[in-house]
Amino acid sequence: MGDLFTLPVLLGILYSGIRLATPYLYAAIGETFVQNSGIFNLGVEGIMLMGAYVGFFVGMTTGSLWLGLLGAALVGLLMGLLMAVVSVTFKAEQGISGIGLHLFGMGLSSLLFKKTLGGVESISGFQPIKIPLLGDIPLLGDVLFNHNLLVYVAFLLVPIAAFVLYKTTFGLKVRSVGQNPQAADSLGINVAQIRYTTVCIGGTLAGIAGASLSIALINLFQENMTNGMGFIAVALVYFGSWRPGGVLVGALIFSFVNALQLWIQVKGINLPSDLAVMMPYVLTILALAFAVRRARQPAALSKPFERGEN
Amino acid sequence: MSNLLPTGQPRIEEMQMLGIVKRFPGVLANDHVDFDVKAGEIHALLGENGAGKSTLMRQLYGLYRPDEGKILINGVEHVFRSPQDAINAGIGMIHQHFMLVPSLTVVENVALGLKSSRGPLLDLERVEKRILTLAEQYRLKIDPHAYVWQLAVGEQQRVEILKALYRGAALLILDEPTAVLTPQEVDDLFLTFRQMVTDGHALIFISHKLHEVLDISHRVTVLRDGATVGTRPTAGATKAELAQMMVGRPVILQYDRPAPKLGKSRLKVNDIYVAGDRGSDALRGVSLEVHAGEILGLAGVSGNGQRELAEALAGLRPIRQGSVVLNGRDVTHDSPLAHIDAGQSYIPEERMREGAIKDFSVADNFILEDHGKRPYSRATFFDFKAIAEQTRKAVEAYSVKTPSLDTPLKNLSGGNIQKLILARELSRQPSVLIAAQPTRGVDIGASEYIHQRLLQQRQAGTATLLISEDLDEILALSDRIAVIYEGKIVGVVNANEASVEQLGLMMAGVAETHA
Repeated sequence: MGDLFTLPVLLGILYSGIRLATPYLYAAIGETFVQNSGIFNLGVEGIMLMGAYVGFFVGMTTGSLWLGLLGAALVGLLMGLLMAVVSVTFKAEQGISGIGLHLFGMGLSSLLFKKTLGGVESISGFQPIKIPLLGDIPLLGDVLFNHNLLVYVAFLLVPIAAFVLYKTTFGLKVRSVGQNPQAADSLGINVAQIRYTTVCIGGTLAGIAGASLSIALINLFQENMTNGMGFIAVALVYFGSWRPGGVLVGALIFSFVNALQLWIQVKGINLPSDLAVMMPYVLTILALAFAVRRARQPAALSKPFERGEN
Repeated sequence: MSNLLPTGQPRIEEMQMLGIVKRFPGVLANDHVDFDVKAGEIHALLGENGAGKSTLMRQLYGLYRPDEGKILINGVEHVFRSPQDAINAGIGMIHQHFMLVPSLTVVENVALGLKSSRGPLLDLERVEKRILTLAEQYRLKIDPHAYVWQLAVGEQQRVEILKALYRGAALLILDEPTAVLTPQEVDDLFLTFRQMVTDGHALIFISHKLHEVLDISHRVTVLRDGATVGTRPTAGATKAELAQMMVGRPVILQYDRPAPKLGKSRLKVNDIYVAGDRGSDALRGVSLEVHAGEILGLAGVSGNGQRELAEALAGLRPIRQGSVVLNGRDVTHDSPLAHIDAGQSYIPEERMREGAIKDFSVADNFILEDHGKRPYSRATFFDFKAIAEQTRKAVEAYSVKTPSLDTPLKNLSGGNIQKLILARELSRQPSVLIAAQPTRGVDIGASEYIHQRLLQQRQAGTATLLISEDLDEILALSDRIAVIYEGKIVGVVNANEASVEQLGLMMAGVAETHA
C-alpha cells in the first residue's frame, strides 16, 4: 500500500477525482432541479447514454465538438420533455416511467452505435485549458486549474444552481411546487409549467453529462459506457439533501473513491480488482443509509399533482 | 367614503354569483345557486358537508369553472380560468387546509408567485417591510423570518390572511377558518375580521358552527344538497332555525343526560410517553382514568398528541414508558388484537384510512374485526349466511343507508360509513370504547345519531374516551373533560362546572388554577 501514498500518486488521485466528478455534477445538479420540483426522474442514466452517443457521433461526423455538445444537450432536452409528458401530463408512476426511459435510452444508443459506428473509435475531445496565474501554482496549479472547459463549467454550475434555487422567484416556485403543489396552485403558479421546465433542465444537463464522458473525458463511445453513473447521480441528490452544495460534496467523495480505486488498479496493488470497483458503490449505499435527512425531502416528490384534492 | 381599501386596492362593492350550476360525474354539486356579498359585510355560507359550499367557493376562486351561471364583480361579468384570474380581480381565499409551504419562511410564502421588483431575483426585504405594515394594520402578529413549520396553527392562519391581503384581496373567502383554533384564537380572529369589514373588505364566512355564524355574520345563506335553502339577515335568526334549514328537519341541539352511574375503573393510563411521527415525544407523561358508565372527553387543539394517544391506546403505536391497564390487565405492549380481545373497541380518527377498506363491501367491512370468529366463520370457512344476517341486522339497527350489503363502502356517504363503523364497534358490546373524532366530516343528522348511540352506550356501562377537537361535542357528551396540550394533560374538570373560556385557556396551555 505504501506506493499509493507518494506525492505524485496523491496528486494524481486528486486530479482524476476532480475530472471524474464532472459527469456526476451535470447529471446530479440537473436532477436536483427535477426533484426539488417534486418529480423523480430515474431515467438519467438512459439520457446520459443518448447524450454520450449523440455528442460523440455529431462531434465526429461534423468535426465540431461544439455541435456535438449542442446535439447532446438537445437530445437530453427531448428526453426530458418525454419524461415530463409522461409524468406531469399523464401522471404516470414516476419510478416506473424512469426505468422505462433508462431502458429506452440504453437500447436506442446501442442500436444507433451498431448501425452508425459499429466499433469503438476515439475522438480528440475538448483539450485542457490552463488558467493563467492560478495554473502556475506549484503542484496544485496543474491539479486544479488545468482541465478542459466542461470540467470548469460543471463546478461553476454548483453556485449557479444554488443561486437560482434560493435567490430567484423561479427557484422559490420550484421549491414550493415540490413541497406543496396545492399551495403553489392556489397562488396562481402553474405547477405543470414549472415541472416541465425543471424536468427539461434535468434532461439537458443529463445529456451534457453523457457528452462530457464521450467528448471531454474518455473521448470514445461504447455501449452502456455510463455504467450506472446516472443512477448514482440520482442517489447523490438524496445524499446532498436536495441542495447543490450537498450534491457537490457527495460527487467529490464519490469521484475520489473512484479515482483511488483506479489508482489501486494502476499500481497493481494486491487487492482483488472486483473489490476495488465495488468500493464507490458500497460507499453510496452506506452514505445513503446514514446521511439522508428526510426532513428536507420535497414532500410532493414523485406524487403527481391533481387540482382540487385535499 | 373613499373607494380604496387601506391596502390601496379598490373595493369590491358587490360580488354576485347568479344561477351557478356545477356538475361532477354522478353529482349535481351546485344547482342554480345565487349568492352575493357586499363591501363592509360578512356573509356566512352555512351547510352540511357535501352541501356544495366549498364547490361554490372554488368556482369563485377560479379552481373550478361553473357549468352554468355567471359571476359579476361591481356589475361586470368575470370569467375565472385560474386562481390567478381571481386574485387579479381582488379575490382571496383562506383554505380550510392551509396552502402554505412548511419548509419556506413566512416571507417566502407570501412572496411566492408574486412579481418581484427585481425581475427574476427575489426581493424579500421589500416583501418583509410590507408584511410588517399590513400585520400592524390588521393586528396580525407574525415573525416574517420564522419557517412555517415552526408556527402554531393560529399563526399559520395569520400568514394565510396576510398572503391574501398582500395580494390586494378586497373580497376574502374564509373556508372554515375556526376549525383548528382555540376559542380565544377565534375571538382574536373575529377582531381581525371586524376590522377588515370596517375598512371596507367583503368577507364570505364558510362554517357549520352555528354559534359562530350568529356571532360574526351580517347575513347568512344556507345550502342543502347543492341548492340554496334561503338567505336571511343574521339578526333575529336562531340556532334551531338555521340547523333546521341545514338538515331539513328539526334537530336536537342539546341532549338529555341522566347522571352517570359510575362503575369501577376500566381504563387506566399511567404516565405514558409515546413517540410521534417525527421521532420526538408526542405524549409526555399522560395519565387518565375512565370508569364504567362515564364519558371522559379529551379536548385540545389539533396536533397536541390526540392522534398518538388514540393509536397508543389501540395498540397501534408503541408506548415508550408508562403503562396502560385495560379491565385490570396490563396491555401496555400488547397487539391491537389483544386490546380487542380484552373488550376494547376503537373508532379511529381517519375512518377511510384506519377504520375501513373503501373497496370492500359493506358486509366485509362489518366483519373486518371479528371475521375469524363465530358466527362469521367456522373452521376457517366463512359462513356467508350468518355474515349477511348479522350485517343486515346491524345496518337496520344503526340505520345505515346503503343500496345493498354488497355495495363497496366507498359509494356510501361519510355519515353512513361512520355509522357502519359504529355498528361494528358497538355491536361487540365493548367495555371500553376509544372514540377519536367520531363525527368529523359527518353531517348533522348522522352526528346527532352517533351522539345518541354513544350516550346509550354510556347507560349500558361502557367506559368511553371521547377524543374530539370539537368543543361543542365534548361539552354535549362528556361527564368529565381532560384537556391535552403539547402531549400533556393540562387538567381534568367536571363537565357541568366547565366553561368554554376556562377550557379555551387550558387548550392554549394555561394550567387550570383550582385543583
